[in-house]
Amino acid sequence: MGITDNTQIDLPSNQVRFAGESGAGQPKIRVEGYHGFFDGKPVLKNISLDIHSNERLAIIGPASSGKTTFLRSLNRMTDLNHEFTHSGRILLDGLDLWDRNMDVPELRRRVGIVYAVPTPLPWSIYDNMAYGPRLAGKFKPSEIERMVEEGLKNAFLWDEVKDRLRTPATNLSGGQQQRLCLARVLALEPEVLILDEPCSGLDPISTGKIEKALEILKARYSIVLVTNNTKQAARASDRTAFFCMGELIEIGQTAQVFTYPASRKTNDYITGHFG
Amino acid sequence: MKRDKLIGILLMIVAFSAMLGLGLIAVFIFLEGLPIIGKVGVWDFVFSAQWYPAEGKFGILSMIVGSLFVTAGAILIGLVFGLGCAIVLTQFCPRKLVSVIKPSIELLAGIPSVVYGFMGVLILVPVIRDYLGGPGLSVLASSIVLGIMVLPTVTSISVDALQAVPRSFYEGSIAIGATRWQTTWMVMLKGARSGIVAAFILGMGRAVGETMAVIMVAGNTISMPGSILDPVRTLTSNIALEMSYSAGDHRKALFATGVVLFIIIMILNTIALWVSRKRVWKGPRR
Repeated sequence: MGITDNTQIDLPSNQVRFAGESGAGQPKIRVEGYHGFFDGKPVLKNISLDIHSNERLAIIGPASSGKTTFLRSLNRMTDLNHEFTHSGRILLDGLDLWDRNMDVPELRRRVGIVYAVPTPLPWSIYDNMAYGPRLAGKFKPSEIERMVEEGLKNAFLWDEVKDRLRTPATNLSGGQQQRLCLARVLALEPEVLILDEPCSGLDPISTGKIEKALEILKARYSIVLVTNNTKQAARASDRTAFFCMGELIEIGQTAQVFTYPASRKTNDYITGHFG
Repeated sequence: MKRDKLIGILLMIVAFSAMLGLGLIAVFIFLEGLPIIGKVGVWDFVFSAQWYPAEGKFGILSMIVGSLFVTAGAILIGLVFGLGCAIVLTQFCPRKLVSVIKPSIELLAGIPSVVYGFMGVLILVPVIRDYLGGPGLSVLASSIVLGIMVLPTVTSISVDALQAVPRSFYEGSIAIGATRWQTTWMVMLKGARSGIVAAFILGMGRAVGETMAVIMVAGNTISMPGSILDPVRTLTSNIALEMSYSAGDHRKALFATGVVLFIIIMILNTIALWVSRKRVWKGPRR
């Protein structure tokens, strides 16, 4: 399938795209000249990049490089911060996120976020899972039950919790809580999955389970993964973007970025010389 | 080391003197009030509406009912506005506006109660008389005045309770597609439930105990109120109004009224403490 793409980077040839789903050649998310400011101070400078369907994009970069802010912009979680302002555009399937017609709660169901720290609500596992579908208000109880199970299975958590769905989510271990948060987002069947250092506090086994889930899930979603762990970026992504001081320094195929980075800064960062 | 011990003992004495005050008041009221309750009989004292001190009839039922009516009205108003205020302040209001609104609500607590009563008599009572009928001096007037008076208590405790709900609950809920209102309703209010109940009960305690403002707007007739437009006398007003000219059994009966009031407020405060300590809460059951 031919891919007409405006970016300089082509998708891997084995990448399958759902024709017609988002228009031929149209990226899932297109970021155009995006600037972000906290209290007027720029934290993101002129970011332009495309995120395609069915790819895993890793975003790496040193602390306070704007990675998290960029990620939170993708489903307007930045709205929660009154000091934040922006310019430029972010298009989801061609529609600007700040367009008058954009339904923001729906946007957050379509672009699901998982935070660095697990944020289970203080209810049972089942109620945590069912909260999103119930809010959407368009599903029958039987459908919700199915969505809960699907979500938990997709996050590799089902077998561990299927017998105690009614127990408090806060009784789960950290790794399980994080997978619950992933499952909770997956239950909503989003189009894009964005993860902010989802494994920063996790043990290697939980990390492995989450990476495995992402590998399988990319068949259905676009995945954007912010990580401080460059090894994880190398392992669990198709393309990698390097952010530094609020600027996008480089974006390219993960293999290429990690072996022949175009920028000196990228090279220094991934080899551990700064950051 | 020695000095430490000395300071420790001194502080201990200071701390206990507060408790001593409470103890002395309790003992005094009970000593003065209990004998007359025994003489009249608990049942006749609490459940008779016949208050004729000259004939030796001391039944305070109408005042208990009056107090409960007025308090219920006050807490309804206080809770609707106080909780509404707290929700707006914590969830929907830019921080700059919060720094104006919150102190001004707290300032309400500093206004002397006689001023509230004065405003009630001058403005509220004529309005009720002209537009709703009755004498104006009524349960409704007292409830509104007291409702405004308990606002600072209810608001500031509710704000604290809502702010104590972890930020991650809020973010987590928004992130799965909840609107701010849905988040407030399903996550924040549930999380703050125990604190809000405490605010409710402390507000009630304050409303039950208020005297001056109520005397000015309640009408103070000793009779069972038939509607919210009827005048009432509350337990507190009864004590304040009659203490100056009472003697003998009459005087003792007023102390006994204080005993009943004391017990009501103690019960309310104990419930408030008990509820606010229960921080555990469960999810939406289905």
